[in-house]
Amino acid sequence: MGKTFVKVTAEHDESGRVKPLLLTWTDGRKYEIDKVVDVRQAPSLKGGGLGIRYTCKIRGKEVYLFCDEGKWFIEK
Amino acid sequence: MERTILHVDLNNFYASVECLYRPELRGLPVAVSGDAGARHGIILAKNNLAKGYGVKTGEAIWQARQKCPGLVCVPPDYRKYLRFSRLARAIYADFTDQIEPFGIDEAWLDVTSSINLFGDGVRIANAIRRRLREELGITGSVGVADNKIFAKLGSDMNKPDATTLITAENFRDKVWPLPAGELLYIGRSTRQKLANRGIFTIGDLARRDVHMLRLLLGVWGETLWHFANGLDVSPVRHVGEESFIKSVGNSTTTPRDLMNDEDVKMIVFVLAESVAARLRRHGFKCKTVAIYVRNSELSSFERQGKLSAPSFVSTDIAQKAMDLFKEHYRWDKPIRSIGVRGADLVTADSLVQLDLFAKDKAVEERLERAVDSIRRRFGPYSIQRCALLQDRKLTGFNPKDEHVIHPVSFFR
Repeated sequence: MGKTFVKVTAEHDESGRVKPLLLTWTDGRKYEIDKVVDVRQAPSLKGGGLGIRYTCKIRGKEVYLFCDEGKWFIEK
Repeated sequence: MERTILHVDLNNFYASVECLYRPELRGLPVAVSGDAGARHGIILAKNNLAKGYGVKTGEAIWQARQKCPGLVCVPPDYRKYLRFSRLARAIYADFTDQIEPFGIDEAWLDVTSSINLFGDGVRIANAIRRRLREELGITGSVGVADNKIFAKLGSDMNKPDATTLITAENFRDKVWPLPAGELLYIGRSTRQKLANRGIFTIGDLARRDVHMLRLLLGVWGETLWHFANGLDVSPVRHVGEESFIKSVGNSTTTPRDLMNDEDVKMIVFVLAESVAARLRRHGFKCKTVAIYVRNSELSSFERQGKLSAPSFVSTDIAQKAMDLFKEHYRWDKPIRSIGVRGADLVTADSLVQLDLFAKDKAVEERLERAVDSIRRRFGPYSIQRCALLQDRKLTGFNPKDEHVIHPVSFFR
């Protein structure tokens, strides 16, 4: 349980939609986000808190990436 | 036309939000409580586990700990609660534009015009509950009825996360057996008056002769009789239909008991400045000043008096409050809490009867506005009255921005 805040590179389009592209882990390793499967507001039951939840495909794995008022985190 | 009204009550609101943010607390009895060091140490909200131990909202932390030794107390974070409250309202707004908040965690929704779009009241209630759960991670109880009073009673019947339907057919079975005190606006003294006449349940009240209730309680008797019979017709306000402000007040429980007039004066100044600043922001002046005093034995009273002319100048309000206080308080006990309120509001630019002998107020008013803009730019403590510096611990609070949200009156 808990969460890890991460650095995210994202694309903001003209209509205000946000698409995360690249995730930089705390140790500096970079992961490309291959696909965003789903976007919705949701609570993070494991990490605690609330945000816009991006269900991302990264290297074949599905990961929840949350954006809580501009801060991005991943559930541990 | 029969209305469909929902009352949504977010379950254990403060505690639910805190538990959502602190997953490590799940499965433990949790209460949100004020700061005991600053003597605000009461239970503000608790989760269901704590409720199981008999922990009650409003009791002191030590009382709660006696019942539930493992109780985890967390401080409140109103910014978070306001955010969740706003997000919940955004969900309601997908179903109707008639949303009337009642405090931070409750709201009435009139969905009469939406049932052709989304299905009947129960379906909408269930959809709202599902979205609260999935999008916000909190639960709500919803009462569905054809009036606001029964909808509110319904939301109290099943908790957590449940929908309760009260209809013209079943209200006699569901509502009438409830104790009369459950009804909105029956407090301790009204309940006692009713009990003296053998009225113990809402049904007892509903079956009484309305004239007898009128004799007993005045016009209130009639209103309560209408409530009990499901005849309440008060509308659910539209979004953006601002409630008309009737008074502006602030109160505080001080970090230590107030012992003399000097102590009271400092607190009254802090409160009066906040009241005056809020009056100015909303473009009002008040004609009446009221004070509220509670002593260390927790007995309290309220007194009010008229100003010679409408004012939003803090000195006028503080002066009047102090006059009222000196006139009515005998210092038999130290004071625990104190409040100042400006009532009888008029718009600030309305014409006033000038006093031939009083000095011109315009200068003082400009001075107060100048203080407002200094505080806006440099913070609330950038400019202060000298008197407040005598005891910074006592006066170091900012009621204007830190004020707590209370449920507001049903009759606005």
